[in-house]
Amino acid sequence: MAELLNLPPNLPKSQNAEVGASKFCPGCGHGITLKSLGNAIDELGIKQKTVFGCDIGCSLLSWNYMDLDTVQTHHGRTTPVIYGVTRANPEAIGIAYMGDGGGLAIGAQHLVNASIRGERMLIIVVNNTNYGMTGGQMSPTTMPGQKTETTPYGRDCSVTGEPAKGAEMVAAIVNKSKSFVARSTVSNPMKLKQTFVKALKNVENGGFSFVEVLSICPLNWRTNNVDTFARLQQMEEYFEVKEFLTPESV
Amino acid sequence: MVNKLIKEDIKMFLTGNEVLAYAANSAEAEFMYGYPITPQNEIMHTWCKLLPKTEAGFLQTEDEISAGFSTIGGILAGKRAFTATAGPGNVIMQDAQSMAEMMRIPFVCAVMQRGGPSTATVIYAQQETRLTCYGGNGEGFRIVYSTAGHQDLYDYMIKAFNTAWKYKFPTYVLADGYQGKMREPVMLYDPASRGITMVPTEKALLADGEIGVDRKSIHMRNTYNMEEELMEVLDSYQVDYDKMAEEVAEWEEYKADDAEILVIAHGIVARSARTAIDELREKGIKAGLYRPITIRPLAVKPLREAVSRAKHILFTESANGQLAQMVLEKIYGLTTPYSTLFKMGVGVTGDDIVQKVENIVKEGV
Repeated sequence: MAELLNLPPNLPKSQNAEVGASKFCPGCGHGITLKSLGNAIDELGIKQKTVFGCDIGCSLLSWNYMDLDTVQTHHGRTTPVIYGVTRANPEAIGIAYMGDGGGLAIGAQHLVNASIRGERMLIIVVNNTNYGMTGGQMSPTTMPGQKTETTPYGRDCSVTGEPAKGAEMVAAIVNKSKSFVARSTVSNPMKLKQTFVKALKNVENGGFSFVEVLSICPLNWRTNNVDTFARLQQMEEYFEVKEFLTPESV
Repeated sequence: MVNKLIKEDIKMFLTGNEVLAYAANSAEAEFMYGYPITPQNEIMHTWCKLLPKTEAGFLQTEDEISAGFSTIGGILAGKRAFTATAGPGNVIMQDAQSMAEMMRIPFVCAVMQRGGPSTATVIYAQQETRLTCYGGNGEGFRIVYSTAGHQDLYDYMIKAFNTAWKYKFPTYVLADGYQGKMREPVMLYDPASRGITMVPTEKALLADGEIGVDRKSIHMRNTYNMEEELMEVLDSYQVDYDKMAEEVAEWEEYKADDAEILVIAHGIVARSARTAIDELREKGIKAGLYRPITIRPLAVKPLREAVSRAKHILFTESANGQLAQMVLEKIYGLTTPYSTLFKMGVGVTGDDIVQKVENIVKEGV
C-alpha cells in the first residue's frame, strides 16, 4: 500500500508538478478541466508556444498550475491580454481561461468582439453557474430557481432573465468556417480533452475557438457527491453539450 | 523590427497627434492598440496611414479597457507597444494601467486631455493630471511627462519608451487637445543622431529557450495571499522608484533666478506663462516660471529652491488646482504666499496671467 501511495501522480507534462496540492476547493471542476487541457496540449506538442492567461475569480488559482508561460490578469480582462499577445506574436497559441462571470458578464464585450474578429486564440469559459471565489452569487448562467447568495429564494427569471448560453451566442456571431465552438462537461474528461484538442488544432490553423465547460462547485452549491453530479446532469440537460461549429480542418 | 521613417533631420508642420505617431515610429514602436476618442484620434489615424511603410502593427479594440489590456499583452510578448487615450477613456483604461503598475510592465500611453468630469468637452483641459499621475487602485508607481508643445511631444514620446523599458514603470506623455489638434513646426530626427539608443525590449512570455530544458515556465501574478507579502513587493517598488526619480525628474525654469513672482504651471499653460513673463518683465515686474516636466515624480529640490527665492507664487492651470495640490505637498514648511488662477477645462492665456500678476503686484507683494 505504501508503495502505491508513492507512485508519482499521473500529470500532463504541461501541468506544473512543483505546485503541490491543488488550491482549488475539494471537488472543484477546475482540476479536471485543467488536467484535460494539459493532456490536450501534450498530445499536440504545443507546450513551448502556448501562453496561458487566467482570469480573476476561482480561475486565478491556476496562475501557477500549468507548466506553461502564464499571466494572471484582471477580472474579465484575460481575453484582451491574450489577443494582445497573439496579435504581437503570431507564433503563440493563446489560451484565455475564465469563469462564467469573467466570460459572460464583466468580460462579455471582449468575448463578443474577439469572436466577431476571429482572434487567433482559445477562450475557455468554465461554467459552474455561480461566482465561486466571491462566495457564490448569481452569475449569468445560474439555473432557473437556483439558490445563490444574491438569489436566496431561487433565481427568478422573470426578474433576472434566462441563463446565458455562451456557446450558442458565440456560434451565432463567429465566422462559421474558421471557428470551433463547443460545450463540454467535466463529467466526461476524455471527451473534454478531445474537445480541447480540436479547439487548439483550430487555433494552430489560425482560427478562433471557444469551449464552454460545464463544471461543478460543491462548496457554494452545498452539495454532496451524489447531488453535485445530479446537478451537473441537470445542467447538461439545460445547456446542450455538443460541438456547435467544427471546421473541416480539425 | 519596424521600418523607421525619419532617417535624417526634417522640419515638418504637423498636428501634435501626428507628431506622436511619428515619434513612436522613430522610437521603434512596433504595435499600437487603440480605441477612438477625441481629441487623440489622429495618433492612430497617422499610425495606420503609415503602416504600409513602417510594417508595424495595429489593432482597433472594442474599448479602452481592451486597448489597455491588449497593449499589456503586446508588451509581454516582447513588443515595444503603446496606446493613447483621453477623458472617459483614460478613466476606464486605469483598469489596465493598475495591472501595469503591479506587474512592472513598461506600458506607454499618450493622454490627450479633454474636459471633464464625464463626457464634458472633447476639446481641451488639464483635468486628467491627477488621474494620469495617481489613477488606479492601490499606490501604483508611474512616470508622467507633461509636454508644452510639439517639439516636446516628439522628444518625450521617444523618451517615454526608454524610461518605461529601462525602469519598468508605466510611463505617460500627458498633453491635451490643444497640443493634439494644433499645427506647428517641429524638428523630427532619428534618435540615434542625438545619441539616443533605444532600450532593448524583452519577452516576458515565450522568452527564448525551452521550458524544462533551458528555463522554467513563467508565472506572472498580480494577486497576493497575505497583506505582508503585498507590502514587501510594494516597498521594493518604492525603493526602485525613489532611486529612479533622481535620474528621471525633469523641470524647466524661465527667468526664475531673480523672479519675485514665480508662476508654477505645467504643459501648454506653462507656454502661456512664458509669453506673460516676457510682457511682465517689459513692464518692470520680475516674474519667472517654474515648470515641472515630470509631474510625477516631481523634482523636489529645485522646486523648493525656486519657491524659497520668490516673494509670491502663482499657480495657474486649466483645472482646479490638480498640479498645485501635488506641489503644495512637496513645498510643505515653506512660507512663500501663493495665489491661484484656475480655469476648469478652459485655456489660460498670457493676458490672463499678466492681469493676474498685475493685480497681485497692485495689492502689494
